[in-house]
Amino acid sequence: MQKSLTERLWAWAVWVTVGFFVLNLFGMIGSVLVSSFASRWLRTWLPDGYTTRWYASAWAEFQLGDVLIVTFQIVFAVVALSALLGVPAAYAMARREFPGKKAVMLLFLLPLLVPPVTFGIPLATVLYQSGLGGTMWGVILANLVPTVPFVILVMIPFIEQIDTKVEAAARVFGANTFKLFIHVLLPLLLPGILAALLLVLVRTIAMFELTFLTAGPTSQTLVVALYYSVFAAGVRSVQSIAAMAVVYMVVTLVWLIIALQFVNPTQIVTRAKRSDAH
Amino acid sequence: MSTATPSPAAPRADDLSLSRRLSLRGLDAITLLVVPAVLFLLALFIYPFAYGFWLSFQPKPETVEAVKASIPALANYQKFFSDPFQYETITKTFRIALPVTILNLLLAIPIAFRVRLMTRQRLLTTILVVPITLGTVLVAEGLLTYLGPQGWFNRTLMTIGLISNPVKLTHNYWGVFLSLVITGFPFTFLLTLSYVTGIDPALENAAATLGAKASQRFREIFLPLLVPGLAITFLLSFVQAFAVFPSAIMLGEPAGSTRVISYAAYQAAFEDYDYAMASAIAIIMGVVQLVVVVIVLWARNLFYKGPVAGGKG
Amino acid sequence: MKALNDVNLEIPRGEFVALLGPSGCGKSTALNCIAGLLDVTAGAILLDDKRIDLLRPEERGFGMVFQNYALFPHMTVRKNVGFGLKMRGVGSAEADKRSDEALRLVRLESQAAKLPGQLSGGQQQRVAIARAIVVEPPLVLMDEPLSNLDAKLRLEMRAEIRRIHQSLGSTTIYVTHDQDEALSLADRIVVMRDGQIRQVGTPEDLYIRPAHLDVAEFMGFRNRVPGKIVAREGDGKAGALVTVQIGDSMVKATLREPIAGESAVLAVRPDDLEPAAAGVPATVETMEYRGKEFVGTAKGPSGSELVFRSHTRLANGTAVHLAAEPSRALVYSGMAA
Repeated sequence: MQKSLTERLWAWAVWVTVGFFVLNLFGMIGSVLVSSFASRWLRTWLPDGYTTRWYASAWAEFQLGDVLIVTFQIVFAVVALSALLGVPAAYAMARREFPGKKAVMLLFLLPLLVPPVTFGIPLATVLYQSGLGGTMWGVILANLVPTVPFVILVMIPFIEQIDTKVEAAARVFGANTFKLFIHVLLPLLLPGILAALLLVLVRTIAMFELTFLTAGPTSQTLVVALYYSVFAAGVRSVQSIAAMAVVYMVVTLVWLIIALQFVNPTQIVTRAKRSDAH
Repeated sequence: MSTATPSPAAPRADDLSLSRRLSLRGLDAITLLVVPAVLFLLALFIYPFAYGFWLSFQPKPETVEAVKASIPALANYQKFFSDPFQYETITKTFRIALPVTILNLLLAIPIAFRVRLMTRQRLLTTILVVPITLGTVLVAEGLLTYLGPQGWFNRTLMTIGLISNPVKLTHNYWGVFLSLVITGFPFTFLLTLSYVTGIDPALENAAATLGAKASQRFREIFLPLLVPGLAITFLLSFVQAFAVFPSAIMLGEPAGSTRVISYAAYQAAFEDYDYAMASAIAIIMGVVQLVVVVIVLWARNLFYKGPVAGGKG
Repeated sequence: MKALNDVNLEIPRGEFVALLGPSGCGKSTALNCIAGLLDVTAGAILLDDKRIDLLRPEERGFGMVFQNYALFPHMTVRKNVGFGLKMRGVGSAEADKRSDEALRLVRLESQAAKLPGQLSGGQQQRVAIARAIVVEPPLVLMDEPLSNLDAKLRLEMRAEIRRIHQSLGSTTIYVTHDQDEALSLADRIVVMRDGQIRQVGTPEDLYIRPAHLDVAEFMGFRNRVPGKIVAREGDGKAGALVTVQIGDSMVKATLREPIAGESAVLAVRPDDLEPAAAGVPATVETMEYRGKEFVGTAKGPSGSELVFRSHTRLANGTAVHLAAEPSRALVYSGMAA
């Protein structure tokens, strides 16, 4: 269709807005990056000189080595446990109709609709009162609350795609439940499980509120440590905070890039939106 | 079938085993696979809410004293609503969350309209996903540098000549506002895009052949069909913005104009060690969000909410 | 790769033209270009000698019926039908009146207040037709409107469309891949393949005298046997009689296109091929009972599959001779057209 002048103006305005957004985004990331390498940066466009010493100093100051280890322990535990809890539940939800299924579905939807802070405060209260507050297991349990439903909601459409007749055929040809799982279900589900777990990983690394509310000094993830560093008592240089921020960015973006090889970017954002156009 | 009429109380002869009967109702070993996840969420999601709800009505004796509550159980709520420093958090949070959500939505709609016509959307969606992946803390930290008085944003504006002195964008309302736009817009946009692309393109073609210009197509066809989805998008985005937490502290004035309700709850729990009060504030926060959800859903029901395809096939 | 290649067509007022062809032949592309939903890269589209291909679809004033009906789900049937009138500035009372008239024409006036989602497929189809004709357009475009309906409904709706066209007399361009539909509805048929027009003619023309082998194939000439031209009569142009050698037998047939050399393909409809005293020898493979008669398959010379018609059931393995009237046996050049 031929475009009118107004249509062309609209298109131009839209692209300018998007460009402005993207430009500022890159500017923000860029300024942190540059700051982390600056030897001194006070009142000029670019720093006076460049150095990498802030990374070494941040590493020592914020005990980044330990923090990274703790972060990955927590994140991988969350990933593994949400798979163990979520995938079988998703299979049951996809394959069976049972009384109360709607209520169960609502139970799985709610943790994704209610923002983490809102349920994080009561959750932290319970964890502290039961002695798990401030421990690594407390953080893991808290982070599992939104990730188990996320895995379930991502996996259900995947499982529904597998024709039940494929499973029936396997049984007709002699497979018991275990063999059915190993030889038929697992291979077919692996892409979906991989996608779901990568998404959980990326989301958990960035998940601030839940970890913040439940972590103790030795169970902080990188993002929480970054937050605290901004408020660190004493004089912390802006540059070493920036260095830490860059470390965090690198970790997140590396996993994002890995995840994007297997999933569509929009799936990172998908919450429990009711059926995407079928 | 027997010819004698059985009396109403006589049980049917049933030779199905218990497990067979259960599986006919959908309950068998496979169904049991939901149980671990269900138990987990009941324990760590439903129970904390219930416990928190109960706890909010168990105020500390000091609170009951301080507030001179007539109904002791309601002391926490009374304390919250009698202290402007506390109850104003609701309005302050609204004042941040509502404009942010509306702006994000108003930007998302025309941009989604344009993008739905693109064939290679992936680059754009990937870039937009980056702020969400980085998370609110990093974005807030980044903006502290970028929007600071010496940051590139102010420098550029001064170089162009739009301003002569740096604009204060950090440690105030605007910093939080911008941070929420950066982390919230991609989510709002992607959700809106999925609703916009869910509308059958043949409907627009049909309207065009019937003489509708672009603005008429938007007003008569797209908007009515989008309103239900936009309501959901608004709600999800608003709820997310209302729960703003680290940005308000890092980039705002947590003791002043950006003292948000989540921060009030946090302080009650971790600075005052008053878990009962913290639970009360969390409950209030949840209730406010619920009220907004109910209002918007009720308004949405006044509009059409059926399928968005134009017929069979 | 061109979706449409050198398509030239002239349609007089009031004519019902069918664009017929397999999927991917360009018929829907052509229709969308006429509607303005696709741009032409070269050439022009004229209506009454005025160029319209530079106009946007909302400026062309045509009526269009879409394959999946594209009814606006949030408007009642009456508002759907009246939408085009509303866009032209007709007042809502007048629009409702004319919509009801159009609905009466398609026999749906009782459903006027319903939403499209409450109607059956056939009813939605009729609403889509009413919506396209209520604006009294100079041209009605239909894009495979019946392909989503089941067989019985399709036959009923075909009669409806024919009846509506007869009472309104509007010029119509109808896209379909179903030759029965085209044959029963159209005044003229345009057969297309790979973006090009292969033949334009009346239904009778196309049924009896397809101009090319691929058109014949599309129109149901299931038997296509290679052979050698051994004798020609007359001027050797289309319509002349020739003798074709198939295996060891000689068959008299009609040329459909000029052929330079000897190799040719003989095309016959199953309906026109019957067992006879003399003809092409073949061995019966299967017989199907069709009530009125039998349809059989047989293996002919050099392994070709022949489909023929018979009044009696023949046993498998029976040797028969199959023959057809010379005017029904068509000869095309040996290479794919």
